[in-house]
Amino acid sequence: MPVDIDIDHVARLARIQLTDDEKARLKVQLGVILEHAARVGEVAADDIPPTAYAIARANVVREDVPEPCLPVEEALRNAPDREGDRIKVPRITEIGS
Amino acid sequence: MTELCDLTGAALSAKLAGGEVSAVEILESSLGRADTIDDRVGAFLTRTPELARERAEELDVYRATGAPLSPVAGIPTALKDVFTTNGVRTTCASRILENYVPPYDSTAWARLSGDGAVLVGKTNCDEFAMGSSNENSAFGPVHNPWDPTRVPGGSSGGSAAAVAAGEAVWALGTDTGGSVRQPASLCGVVGLKPTYGLISRYGLIAFASSLDTVGTLTRCVRDAATLLSALGGKDPRDATSLDGDRLDYTEGLEDGVSGLRVGVVAEASGEGVEPGVGMAVEAAIERLAALGAEVAEAHLPHAEYALSAYYLIAPSECSSNLARYDGVRYGLRAGGTHADSVAMMFETRGEGFGAEVKRRVMLGTYALSAGYYEAYYGQAQKVRTLIIRDYEAAFERFDVLASPTSPTTAFPIGAKVDDPMAMYLNDIFTIPANLAGVRPQPSKPISASAFVRRSSPEDPSRAAPAAETIRATLARITATATRICPVIGSWRTSHPRSTATTGFTCAYVLTSDVRATRNNHR
Repeated sequence: MPVDIDIDHVARLARIQLTDDEKARLKVQLGVILEHAARVGEVAADDIPPTAYAIARANVVREDVPEPCLPVEEALRNAPDREGDRIKVPRITEIGS
Repeated sequence: MTELCDLTGAALSAKLAGGEVSAVEILESSLGRADTIDDRVGAFLTRTPELARERAEELDVYRATGAPLSPVAGIPTALKDVFTTNGVRTTCASRILENYVPPYDSTAWARLSGDGAVLVGKTNCDEFAMGSSNENSAFGPVHNPWDPTRVPGGSSGGSAAAVAAGEAVWALGTDTGGSVRQPASLCGVVGLKPTYGLISRYGLIAFASSLDTVGTLTRCVRDAATLLSALGGKDPRDATSLDGDRLDYTEGLEDGVSGLRVGVVAEASGEGVEPGVGMAVEAAIERLAALGAEVAEAHLPHAEYALSAYYLIAPSECSSNLARYDGVRYGLRAGGTHADSVAMMFETRGEGFGAEVKRRVMLGTYALSAGYYEAYYGQAQKVRTLIIRDYEAAFERFDVLASPTSPTTAFPIGAKVDDPMAMYLNDIFTIPANLAGVRPQPSKPISASAFVRRSSPEDPSRAAPAAETIRATLARITATATRICPVIGSWRTSHPRSTATTGFTCAYVLTSDVRATRNNHR
C-alpha cells in the first residue's frame, strides 16, 4: 500500500511553498516511493548497527592557525540585498505585542 | 580525419611534450567542435573560451622554456557545474543558483588547474546532481551525442556528452548513486567513481554528504588513472578525505589480468536487464576469462535493498544540505515584498527548486521527521551495514566484482520523466557501491568500478590491502577494460546503436601510512 503522508505538514517543515498541483502530485509520488523504501524494515534486525559513513572518521581536528579570510566585498558579492557591510533581509520578528 | 579534439589526453600530452602541437592548437580544436555542435548536444551551461585561450597561451610560453609538463597540462577540461570555480558562474543547473559566482575554487579544480589543465566550460547536469537522465536541469536537457533523441544519462550527463562528442577531452563529474558511471555507460566513455574520500569534496556543492564522490569521464582508462593521480590525496579542507598523499594510478596499466579473481554479481542479472546489456556484459566476462582471469559467480544478497536504503539516506542528507538555500546570503531571493524572512524563504525555495529537488527534499524531510525517523532513516542505515558486509564477504574471494553498469542503454528523452520510480531504477547496480563507500568504478564499454574494502579496526587480521596491491588491481582492471573495448571512435564517423558497460568494483582501502611521490610538475 502506498504510504499516506500529510503533504502540508512536510512542506511546512521543509519550508517550501507548493502549488495545489504540486501537492497533489507529490502526495501520490512520495506515497509510492515510500512504499518501496519501507522494504528496509524487512531485513534490518535490531542487532545490526547503523552505518552513517562507510569510512568512519571521528573528531578530525587541526591546529588553530589563523588564515586570511574573504574580504568583505567578495563575501557580499552574491548577497541578494545589502546595507553597508551587512546582508539585508525582510524583518525577522513579529510586529507588535 | 581524426581531429585533435577526438584524441585521448595521453595522446595529446605526448604530442605536446614532443612539440608536435601547441596547447593553443589543441584548445582551438575543442572550442571549434563545441562551436559546431553544442547547440545540438547542450553539454555546456557556461563556456569559458577567453579564459581558456589565456591559459593555453601561458602554457605554450612555459612549455617553450623546456620545463616538464604534468600529464594534465594543456588538456581541454570540462567541469560539471557543481564544482565551484573562482569567478566563473556555478549553478548546479538550478534557478536558485542561476547567478551565483563563487569566490573560491573547489580543491578538485584547484589541483587540475595547478597542474596546467585548461577549463573550457561548466557542464549541464541534473539539478543539484539529482537524476539519471539530465532531464532535471533547470536549463534544458542534454542530448546523447550518439542519438540526440535519447538521454545521455545523469546526473553528470553534460560531462559525459562533452567527452563523447569531442567538446572536451575529459571532464569531472560527481557520483552519489551512479551519476558518473551511468552517463559514462550511456555515452560510451570511461567513467570512474573512486572510493569515498579519495578525492576531496571541498567546493563540491553538496547533495548527500556521506555518498558524494568526485569522478572522472574520459576516453580511455589511462586518462582516468592520470586524472585520479592528479586529484587524489588528503585535503585539510575536507575532514572526510582519506589520509595519504597522491598516488600514481597509472603504474601497472599493462600488467594484464592473468590470475585476477573476477566475481560476476549474480543479483545484477536477469529480470530488468535489457537482453543486449546482458549479452554485452557476458561477452566482456568471457573475454576477461580468455585473457586469464579466474571468473566465478559472486553474491551480494542484500543488494536488492540498496535502492530502498538509498532513497531514504540520500534524500535525508539532501533535505539537510539544501536547507542553506534560503534566499538570505547568496543565490535567488524571490521577488516582491515579503511579510517576513520566513515567508521569503518559503517563496524562494518554491520558486527556485525544480520538481525533482522538491521531491527529494520533501522525501528526506518526511523520513527524518518525528515518529518516522527510526522506521525509515534508522532502518536504512542498518541496511547500509548489511551491504558493506556483503562486499567484505565478496572481497574475501574476489579481487574484482563485475556487473552491468546500468540495466538499460540510453532511453528516449521524455520516456521516464513522469515515473520517478522507473527513473530511480536506472541506478540499481551502481548504488550499492556508494552505500558501501566502495572504490573506483569505471564505466566504459566496460566500466571499472574499483571498490576498495574498508579496513576493519575491530579485526586487525582483516586489515586493508597494501597500497601497492590496491593500485595494481585498479591498474589491471582498467588496462583490461582498455584492451577489451578500445577507445571509442569519433561520434561523427562511428555510430553504435547503443552503448552498454560492465561495471567493475574493486576492494580497496587507503591506509594512513601510504606514502607516494607527489607529481609536482608545473
